Amino acid sequence: MLHLVLFLVFGAICVAGAINLLVQSHPISSALSLVVVMASLAVEYLLLGAEFVAAVQVIVYAGAVMVLFVFVIMLLNAGVEERTKGSRVALILGIPGVLAGGLLVAWVLIERTGTATVGLGALPGFPKTIGNLLFHDFLLPFEVTSVLVLIAIMGAVVLASRPEPKNPEKES
Amino acid sequence: MLSLPIFLVASVVKIVLVIFILLTAVAYTVWLERKVVGHMQNRWGPSRVGPFGLLQPLADGVKFLLKEDLTPPHVYRPLFIAAPMIAVICALTSISVIPFGTAIPVAGHIIPLQITDLNIGLLVILGVTSIGVYGVALAGWSSNSKYSLLGGLRASAQMVSYEICLGLSLVGVLIVSGSFSLQQIVESQRGYFWGFIPKWNIFYGCQFVAFFIYLMAAYAETNRIPFDLPEAETELVAGYHTEYSAMKFAMFFMAEYANMITVACLATILFLGGGNGPLFGPPLLRLILPTFYFVAKVFVFLFTYIWVRGTLPRFRYDQLMAFGWKFLFPLAIANLVVTALVVAYRS
Amino acid sequence: MVPVSYYLILSGILFSCGVIGFLIKRNIITIFISIELMLNGVNLSFVAFAAQWQHLSGQVFVFFVMVVAAAEATVGLAIIIAVFRTRETLNVDHVNLLKL
Repeated sequence: MLHLVLFLVFGAICVAGAINLLVQSHPISSALSLVVVMASLAVEYLLLGAEFVAAVQVIVYAGAVMVLFVFVIMLLNAGVEERTKGSRVALILGIPGVLAGGLLVAWVLIERTGTATVGLGALPGFPKTIGNLLFHDFLLPFEVTSVLVLIAIMGAVVLASRPEPKNPEKES
Repeated sequence: MLSLPIFLVASVVKIVLVIFILLTAVAYTVWLERKVVGHMQNRWGPSRVGPFGLLQPLADGVKFLLKEDLTPPHVYRPLFIAAPMIAVICALTSISVIPFGTAIPVAGHIIPLQITDLNIGLLVILGVTSIGVYGVALAGWSSNSKYSLLGGLRASAQMVSYEICLGLSLVGVLIVSGSFSLQQIVESQRGYFWGFIPKWNIFYGCQFVAFFIYLMAAYAETNRIPFDLPEAETELVAGYHTEYSAMKFAMFFMAEYANMITVACLATILFLGGGNGPLFGPPLLRLILPTFYFVAKVFVFLFTYIWVRGTLPRFRYDQLMAFGWKFLFPLAIANLVVTALVVAYRS
Repeated sequence: MVPVSYYLILSGILFSCGVIGFLIKRNIITIFISIELMLNGVNLSFVAFAAQWQHLSGQVFVFFVMVVAAAEATVGLAIIIAVFRTRETLNVDHVNLLKL
C-alpha cells in the first residue's frame, strides 16, 4: 500500500515535470523541470531497492549533467524560444506516430508483463554487489566506456575552445 | 530495533533538536567569525549587544526579519524566490545522516544520536550538496544583473569542478573503511595502533593527502575565502546575492554557514574518527564524551575556516581552475592509487 | 506490491514526452534536454526489469547509460557553444545551411 502510494505520488511529479518541460518556453525552465523529473525518478529507483543507482542518479545526472546544461544556458544567455513554423512533416507524421508507437509499446508491455508485481525494495542494489558486477562481469564494457569518456572530454575541449587568434607578427 | 511509534517520536524529536542546534550553531559561527577576524585585524568585533557581543546573532536575526524585502524589477520572479529556498533546504538536509556520537539509552530504548543511518549516507550528502549548486546558480541567473550572472556562472563552474576533487578524496576513505555508512566509517576508526596513535583515517589510513584535498575542495564548495569568487566583493559587488535583501539574503547566509558546519562534521567523521577518543569516568560521562569529542573536532575545523579567511587573499579565477584541475585532480588520483596499493598490501 | 507494468507505463510516458519535446521544440538546448528525458525513461524501465527478474545487470546497465549520457551531454553542449559562436542563434530552423 505504502509502496503504491509513494509510486503514484512521485510518478505524478515525474509526469508533471515532463509535461512542464514541454509546455515551458524558456530553456532554463525546461532544464529545471528535468531536474525535478530526475529527482523523483531517483525516489522511484529507491522504491525498487536500487539505492546506489538512485544516489548516482542524483549526483551525476541532477548534480552534474544538468548543472552543465544550466551553465551553458546561462553562458549563452538563451532567451525565450522563438516560435518558428518548424517542419510540417514532423507535425503531421510525428505526433500521431509517437502516440501510436507509445500505445503499441504500452500494449505489448502490459500484455506480456501484466501480472508480475514487485515489492518495496524488490532488488537491493548495494554498492558492493554493484561494484562486484561492474568490475568482474562488466569489466570490458566498463573500460570501453572509460575510453569513451576520455574521447568525449577531448572532443569537448577541442570543440568549445576558441580558435587560436592568428599572431599578427607572423602574418606580416 | 525500535517499534514504529517510538521510532517516529524519536525521529521527530531528533529532527527538531538537530535543526535547532544547527541554526544556533550557524548563528554563533557567524559571531565567532566576526569576533576572530576582528581580533586578527586588530579590531574588537561585535561588542555592544550583550556581554562580548554574544547577543549579536539575535539582533542580526531581528534585523533580517524586519527589513524590507525588496524584489527588484525585471527579475525572473519564480526562480528569484525559489533560489534561496533551494540553497537553505539543501544545506539543512545534508546534516541528517551525520552521527553526532554514540547511541544513548532513553527510557529503556537505545537511541542513536543521528537522524538516520543509511547504507549510502555519504552519497546522500554528496547528492544533496550537488543539488545545492542550483541555489547559487539560479540566484545569479534570475537576478537579471550582470554581477549576479557572473557570480552564478563562476559558482556553477567552480562547484562542479571541485566536486570531482571532493568525491575523489573521499574514495580513499571509502577504500579504507569499506562502507558508505557514516556510522560504520566511524566504527572502523576505533582503537589505536603502535600503542598510542589513534586509528583515525588520516593516520592509519594514510589519508593525509586526501585530507588536504578534501579541505581545499570543501573551501571551494562552500564558496569561502580563498575560493570565494562567486561573491568576490571587490569585483562583483556581492556576486550571486547582489540583488537579494532581508530574509532572502539571510537564507543564503544561513546556507553558507550550515554548509560549513556540515563540511566540518563530514571531515571529522571521515578523517578524524568522529566521536572516537579516550573514554573514562562514570557511565554518564562515557555517554557524553563522544559527542564532546565530536563537537571539539568540528570546532577546530570551523576555527581553521575563519583563520584561513583572516589570512589568505583571494585566488584569481584562472588560478582557481588551474589549481583544481591541474594540481588537486592529479593529486587525488595519485592518492587513490597509493591508497589502493596500501590496502591491497595490508590484506 | 506494485505491478511492474506501472513502472513501465511511467517509463513509456517519460519517453514519449521526450520524443514529443524532441519533435516540437525549436531551441537546440531544449531538444537536448528532451533527449536526456528519453534516456531517463529508458533507465526506469531497466531498473524495473532488474527488479522483476531479480538480476542486477539491469541496474549496472543504468550506469553505462548514465556515463554515455554524460559523455553525450559534454560533446553536445560543446557543439552547441560552437554553433552559437558562428551563427549567434539557438533556433534549429536557423541552422540549416552547411556553409555560412
